[in-house]
Order: sequence, then C-alpha cells, then structure tokens
Amino acid sequence: MTPLMGIDAFHLPGLTRLANSGEAPATFVAQVDGDAWVRVAAAVAEGAGRLVTIWGAEDDSGTFTVCAAYAVDDGLLWVRLPVGERPSGGARDYPDLSALFPYAARMQRAVHDLTGLRAHGAADTRPWLNHGNWPADYFPLRKSTTGQERFESREADYAFTRVAGDGVHEIAVGPIHAGIIEPGHFRFSVVGEKVLRLEERLGYTHRGIERLFERTPSLAGHRVAGRIAGDSTVAFAWAYCMALEQALGTTIPSRAQWLRALLLERERIANHLGDLGALGNDAGFAVGLAQFARMKEDWLRLNERVFGHRYLFDAIEPGGVARDLADDKVGAMLMQCDRIEREVRSMRRIYDDHAGLQDRFARTGLLTPAMAARLGVCGLAARASGGAMDLRVDHGPAPYREIGARRSGDERGDVAARVALRFMEIDESLRQIRAIIAGMPGGSIAVQPDLRRAPSYGAGWIEGWRGDVLVALETGEDGALARCHCHDPSWQNWPAIEVAIIGNIVADFPLINKSFNLCYAGHDL
Amino acid sequence: MTWQLLKRIAGTRAPAEPLPQADDDWRTESQRLHQAILDVLGRALCIRQIDAGSCNGCELEIHALNNPYYNIEGLGIRFVASPRHADMLLVTGPLALNMREAVRLAYEATPEPKLVVAAGECACTGGMFRDSYAVCGPLADLLPVDVHIPGCPPSPVELLRGILTALRGAAG
Repeated sequence: MTPLMGIDAFHLPGLTRLANSGEAPATFVAQVDGDAWVRVAAAVAEGAGRLVTIWGAEDDSGTFTVCAAYAVDDGLLWVRLPVGERPSGGARDYPDLSALFPYAARMQRAVHDLTGLRAHGAADTRPWLNHGNWPADYFPLRKSTTGQERFESREADYAFTRVAGDGVHEIAVGPIHAGIIEPGHFRFSVVGEKVLRLEERLGYTHRGIERLFERTPSLAGHRVAGRIAGDSTVAFAWAYCMALEQALGTTIPSRAQWLRALLLERERIANHLGDLGALGNDAGFAVGLAQFARMKEDWLRLNERVFGHRYLFDAIEPGGVARDLADDKVGAMLMQCDRIEREVRSMRRIYDDHAGLQDRFARTGLLTPAMAARLGVCGLAARASGGAMDLRVDHGPAPYREIGARRSGDERGDVAARVALRFMEIDESLRQIRAIIAGMPGGSIAVQPDLRRAPSYGAGWIEGWRGDVLVALETGEDGALARCHCHDPSWQNWPAIEVAIIGNIVADFPLINKSFNLCYAGHDL
Repeated sequence: MTWQLLKRIAGTRAPAEPLPQADDDWRTESQRLHQAILDVLGRALCIRQIDAGSCNGCELEIHALNNPYYNIEGLGIRFVASPRHADMLLVTGPLALNMREAVRLAYEATPEPKLVVAAGECACTGGMFRDSYAVCGPLADLLPVDVHIPGCPPSPVELLRGILTALRGAAG
C-alpha cells in the first residue's frame, strides 16, 4: 500500500491506495470514525459520486466493522467504520445512510440480517433476507456461527406498505412468477388498471454465498463468484479475481487481461441479444424473439467451441484465464461478429420502424434523468436515463483504455431508450471484440498467485452487462478469505423499477421489468 | 418496414438440425418424443418451471429450449404459468430455505401425474451450496424426484433428454 496523492477533498487521515496490480481501477481505503462516516457520505451525496454498496464484517478478534464503497472521480473509495466488539442489537451501531441515499435502506436491512449491525436512525428496519426461516437472532456472518446450521422453514408474514383509498386494491405476484423467471414478490396497489404503487420483496434465492466464501479456498473462490448470477458469471468471476489478485499482489499476464475483456464483451452481447428478443416478444412481436433467440444460440455455441462453456462459467480464474483463444478460432469469431452485426442492424431497422412496437416502447416505464441520479441507478439503465457512468470508459482496466472504449447513451429514460441502448451497446461491443482480437498481446494466459502474503484488502470493480459489479474482500493468513462481499447493480436498480412503473398499467409491467432485466440471485446472494 | 420484415423472415434459414442424440437424428427423436408424450398424457405436456434458488444459469438454458433450434413447443411441450395446469415440475436451484414453502405449495397444487424433474447440479445434489444455513436441498429431500439432470447448467439437449426420460418412466 502506498500513501495517497489525490482525492484529498475528503480530508481522510490515513487514506491509502491499494497497490494497483492487474490495472484495476484505483481503490482507496480509509478507516473512519462516526463523524467522518457521515461527512464522507454527505460529500458524496452532494455530487462527488455515488454509493455503491454497504456491508458488515466481524474479524477473528470479535471486532465488528461496517464498510461502504463509493464511486468517486478518482476511483473507488472504501471506508471502514469500526463499531466495537459487541453490536448492540438494535440501538446505535453505525449512522444511517438511507436518508442521503434512499437505495441504501435495503442494503442496511441486509447488513442487519447477516451481521446484526443496525443503522442508527434508519426508518425501515424490516428484515430483508431473513424471511423468518431462521431465527431472528441468528446472524450468519458472525464468527460464532458455522454458517452450516440447519433450520426448519417458518415463513413469516411481511408488512407491505398499504395504499388506502376508494377503489384501490392489491395484486400480489410471486415468489413464483408466470414464466421461466427467478423468484421474487411484487405487491401492486392499483386503481383500475393503473399502478399507484409497487413494492418489491426479494431475498427468496438467498443461498448464503458470502458465508460460503469464508469456507472456500481463495483459489477456488472464482467458482463461487461465477455462480452468483449465471448471466453475469464473467463479470463476477473477473471482479473476484481482480480483488484477490490485488490483495495477493499478483500481476496477471497482459494476454489474460485482454482475454478477460473479450469474455466480458461476449457475455454482454449474449445478454443483449436475449433481451432484445424478449422485449420484442413482450410487446407482441414474436418474430423478434425468434430472430434474436437464434442469434443468441449461435453466439453461445461459439462460446462453447472456443472457450468450452456456453455461458463461459469458470473461464476466468485467479491468475489469468482457463483457456486461450486458439489461433484457428479467431477467424470464426470475427466472421460471426460480421454476421451478427449485419443481422442486428437489420433487426434494428425493423424495431425502429415498427409502429406497434414503438407505441408500446415509447414513454413506457419512464425513469427521468433526475430520478435516476437521485436513486443512484447504474449501468445500462442509467445510461438510458442520461447517466454517463461506464466503468470501461471511466476507470477501465486494460485493455479498455487501449482500445478506446466508447460510451453509449440515451436521454429518454423509457423502455424505448433501454431498447435503443442495447442496440448501441451491441454495436460498440462488437467493435471492441474486433479491437481486442486485433491488439491481443501474445504470451502466457495465467500465473500462479502466491498465497504467502500478509493479510490485505482487494477490490474488483467491473462493468458487467447490467451495470457495475463489485467484489470487496479481505484476506487473512496465507491468502485465506476472511470476508468477501459481492455487490450486484440490481441493488440500485430494483428500487428504480418501483418508480418507473408508477402511473403505467399493470399489463405493461412485464415489458418495463424486462427492459431493466434485473437480477434476483445476484441481489439475494 | 414491412418489406424489410418479409425479407428478414423469408431470408432466414430455418435452423432445424440433427439432435445430437446417441442414436437417431433430430427428426426421428422429436417424432418419438412426441409420440411418447401422447402415449403418456394423450395431449401436450405442460411444464411448470420453478427456480428454487438457482443462479439463473439453468433458466437461461431452459429458455433456450424455446429458441428455433430446439423448438420445444413444436414437440407439444409448453411452459405454463400455473402449477394447476402442469403435468411436470421442472425445478432448479439448491432449494433455498426461503423458497421451500413456495415449492411445497406448487407441488401440492400440481395435479397427477405430478412428475418432478430436478434440473442442474444444485437441484440434484445441492451443489456447492448444500451445507449452507440458507439452503435445505437437494430437492429430493422435499419432493419425490423422478429424474435428475446433472450439469452446470445442463445443456438444452440434456434438458430435453431428462424430460423425455421422466415421461418414459411415467409411461413405464
């Protein structure tokens, strides 16, 4: 760790910059007290950046810490607030952030369910991940637990917010939805067809992943990270490996870095192709689904041929990548890029000119730029609402700087904008894939990380197809994982759907929901 | 626009292809599959898919069954919204504790023959999550499972094979 020059606007004593191996975005770590915790949050809220995530941890000596990560101009700011040895179990463990960042409310509820740490002054203290299926005083991230206890399922009632008034009624949907979709519960309060309010309840797919990391060897952690969310396996595996490599001081070969970006862009395109088909279908345009589903299948098959897995599971591992891009596969990949580009452009003309589709897309599920900023919306959804954030451009690891990653954007904030953005991003990602292949350095594709390191911190921050995923970890003796926190952009974007649906009709919900296509598993962990 | 659309539809080859099955080609297999379904049920097979804590990888492959390559609806197999309309539950994930009650209720609501297929490593064994406090799988601990389809995630062809195996067992 080197002393910091820069980002001193926050006036944080003891701020250190984590060693920048593997060209990760700059990460700054600072130990703070309660006052500085609030001061940093306020400065960020005033315009210097946005809150990425909050998490809690207990170390081996029984001391608890609550952490927050902020996206700031210079990179990632990770503040750590020690809160003593014995969480009070309800009173004043750490100052609330949800008054400044409304989307912090659920994160703080999750922190409580996992560690018992309570945000002092938070308005909403309902459980979030604990659905009553384990005891209210069982906190899986505490060192006194094994994380392998067995509990009977005792589903508890949940206090949804009620909307009163003449003719208001509720529609309850889920956790099992009417389709091949992940589980979650949506409670609509409607008048006639119009939605007055939507309240989401998530946590159904909680698998205890953060605790699982603590009993997983760090060199096998990429397999867990890669199964946080199947559609973002590359993003999470890369973020995990980047974090671990930073903590261990591992520098990966340049070729591995470029191959990781190639994998990430292939993952992005696969998801965008799937979504564009599904969005057409949700607006009654079945041809769109058939066409894009076929393109996506072709795309996945080439993944399997080249990298050995249709969704690229376990393609990225600590120290590099598992499989090289063989010279004789390059031609096939480039040819496929040309074909998909042609076909997608032709489909775009059809989508753009189709009055029926545009009628369903335009002005539906509106998320204004001001609201998106207020809600801390990130990733694709933010860029469709006038937001500018794209880690590939802002803090891009190699090779994004070298290939000149470009930002796509739209101001409209409706379903049409989120459709248009996917078209634009496919275009840009195809360009990036070609540039990566053209500029790919030679050499080895992996090194063996050295675990004999002093305990350290690491952060991996990657622009996945949905938005920025973050893995922040602490290593103990011999590189073992002491704590590994994973963040999916859906934490920010789920609350945004509650806003985007207001005033729309119930029948447009599937379309609006699909236009965000958020993650349940990555959120629930 | 209409012209482009027609051109697009007319110009796209139908990507029907041989099913990479052990013995026969796709056409033959699909015919036999169809016949097997008719023998068992006398009508189309209706599947209710349930995600019981999956990472969504299995769902992506189940979605792929609907693409023009696998064209599962063309075989008379349909995914339905309600378990009351389903002949088969196709369940993924390690059975998250928070999904246990929902899965149980869905099973109770499903009419006979109540076929249950566990799809993917997590549903079959609990996978890497099996010892977690938040998981109560594998699925067979809660429901009588007819067929296990391994894989992380299982490919669309493996999913088809598993569905067919469950049907043959039921016909057996």
